[in-house]
Amino acid sequence: MQEEKVRTISKAEAAEMLRLMYATRAFEEQAEKSYMMGKIHGTMHLSIGQEASAVGSISTLDPDDYILGHHRGHGLCIAKGADLNLMMAEFYGKEAGYCRGRGGSMHIADVAGGNLGANGVVGGGLPLAVGVGYGLKMRGDKRVLLSFFGDGAASTGAFHESMILAVLYQVPVVFICENNQYAMSFPARKWTSSERLAGFADSYGMPGAMTDGNNLLDVREAVQKAVDHARAGGGPSLIINNTYRWRGHSKSDRNRYRTQQEIEEWQEADPIRRYRKLVVADGLFTDEEIDDIEKGAYEQIELARVFAEESEEPSVESIEEGVYAP
Amino acid sequence: MREITYLEAVREAMTQEMERDEKVFLIGEDVGQYGGAFGASFGMLEKFGPDRILDTPITELGLTGAATGAALVGMRPIAEIMFMDFLTLASEQLVNQAAKLRFMFGGRATVPMVLRTPAGSGTGAAEHHSQSLENWFAHIPGLKVVMPSTPYDAKGLLISSIRDNNAVVFVEHKLLYKTKGPVPEEPYAIPLGQADVKREGKDLTIVATSVMVSRALEAAKTLAEEGIDVEIVDPRTIRPLDAEPIIQSVIKTGRVLIVHEAVKMGGYGGELAATIAESRAFGYLDAPIVRLAGRDIPIPYNRTLELSAVPQVPDIIAKAREIVQGKV
Ligand SMILES: Cc1ncc(C[n+]2csc(CCOP(=O)(O)OP(=O)(O)O)c2C)c(N)n1
Ligand SMILES: [Mg+2]
Repeated sequence: MQEEKVRTISKAEAAEMLRLMYATRAFEEQAEKSYMMGKIHGTMHLSIGQEASAVGSISTLDPDDYILGHHRGHGLCIAKGADLNLMMAEFYGKEAGYCRGRGGSMHIADVAGGNLGANGVVGGGLPLAVGVGYGLKMRGDKRVLLSFFGDGAASTGAFHESMILAVLYQVPVVFICENNQYAMSFPARKWTSSERLAGFADSYGMPGAMTDGNNLLDVREAVQKAVDHARAGGGPSLIINNTYRWRGHSKSDRNRYRTQQEIEEWQEADPIRRYRKLVVADGLFTDEEIDDIEKGAYEQIELARVFAEESEEPSVESIEEGVYAP
Repeated sequence: MREITYLEAVREAMTQEMERDEKVFLIGEDVGQYGGAFGASFGMLEKFGPDRILDTPITELGLTGAATGAALVGMRPIAEIMFMDFLTLASEQLVNQAAKLRFMFGGRATVPMVLRTPAGSGTGAAEHHSQSLENWFAHIPGLKVVMPSTPYDAKGLLISSIRDNNAVVFVEHKLLYKTKGPVPEEPYAIPLGQADVKREGKDLTIVATSVMVSRALEAAKTLAEEGIDVEIVDPRTIRPLDAEPIIQSVIKTGRVLIVHEAVKMGGYGGELAATIAESRAFGYLDAPIVRLAGRDIPIPYNRTLELSAVPQVPDIIAKAREIVQGKV
């Protein structure tokens, strides 16, 4: 079954997905290092361990489709094709960054490139997604939007209203809940489960699915179906990618709300290693080829770090620019 | 006297009030085992148990309403909203319900609750986690708005807020959490609506709130070396406002500089300026009333821009000099 799915993906595409997952891992490991070294003023949320959810989902899109992200969004940006230099520069708060150093890790956006932005407000992207979907519909083109949010966002009032409107207006949006089991310290299992979250879809009146979010192929298959459905005018879907965040919630976290054993169990299900094993077992790649992809990703990130560190700070004279459009 | 941090003062006030009155409970995101995003309730779950330290999923509107409802039936909830920015989400229950229930019901209902929240910039948390929105709530009849600037004030004002029979928005400042100061161990209450003169002086009155009080005190040291003697008045609660000490100070010095972090347009400084202009202090003014406040922009991420977005010590010094030298 897995083997059959592996073979539906060309070698070039598989290589690209591996590259994107490794680039995400490398970006975030570097982000963590830079932060520890005191080079970053601000906060960050790492998605290490969730790479298959971002890459598998976004791999189903055409280049001119859209995504809307959330605060844990580095992987989403990278999967959408972000320039790693500009991303790293934004993380460093530099003028060359995607948001000219104004937004930082939590607000990386590339509107021209179809990335409508991460969001500092949990659930903040969901109502926007309805409007984006409706706008795309009005424009009459065949583009779709993937709207990502966390299990925590699913508990907000914004989620409920957004689902209602999305179904009412039949917008071409795939809502993707990355259930990484916790909202900060609050365990999703205390108020819901991936099954129940997926079940919301039926209550609202749209197709729903739950995936093994650490299995790239599983994610990809479910999202592909929902994307095709949206593109064909079938309206929204809700998908729950069941995954796990390895690192603390943000820069500081004592992990008091979970056990080391739980973390290690999920690390056994490393989404990158799982996909790598599958494609090697299938004979699509040799281990050496994948080592090269991995190495290449880390080299790219090292270049991005140098680019970011050598980039200019924004000028204070420019500080009041950009509040209003002319 | 023993010194503790502002954060510890907040925790101590909550703890002592919860020990004193079993109707007091805490509700908020990650306030339990995690101890609150900034650690304000660290250890309180172990002390009071999950029935009085309520962890919520991400539900700002829901938890604020839950606090309001519980208050309506006689409990004394403390709700924590992780960042003041998310009061935008809690606002319906706070502004339309908590603030108005008593009046709407002809004075036959009481909503004794506190909504605690950290505000302000300086941590690199960017646009969605750095705002100072206190004036939104000062605008609402039925709410009280408290902004402590020291550990001592934090404890005494929080105790009063918890004992108060109204909905109180208690605005903490992230940058103040780690600051230390003398705080009595026993419980004490500082009345809401009582300003405090943080420094006496004769040349210029600075009215400052929250983190700007410590910046003004810092500025005052440099200004003193230049022979400019600054008086600093901290309103401590911006609603109700204790205007008299401010008016008296302005009558004494003849000059006033108002400093706050929130954006100047529509900020509390306008209210203060108008209060002074409408008062008997008007005739004593030797210079225009001046406001120094946040720039008219959201708070940016980059460190240098972030610092430049809100008043810093050198800005206060420069503005104070200009006023005293008759350059405004
Ligand atoms: C409305 C709102 N409330 C609280 C926060 C603080 N906060 C930031 S991320 C987060 C947890 C979000 O959980 P989830 O949606 O599951 O995403 P995850 O962090 O697990 O990726 C919280 C509470 C916020 N940013 N926005
Ligand atoms: Mg989560």
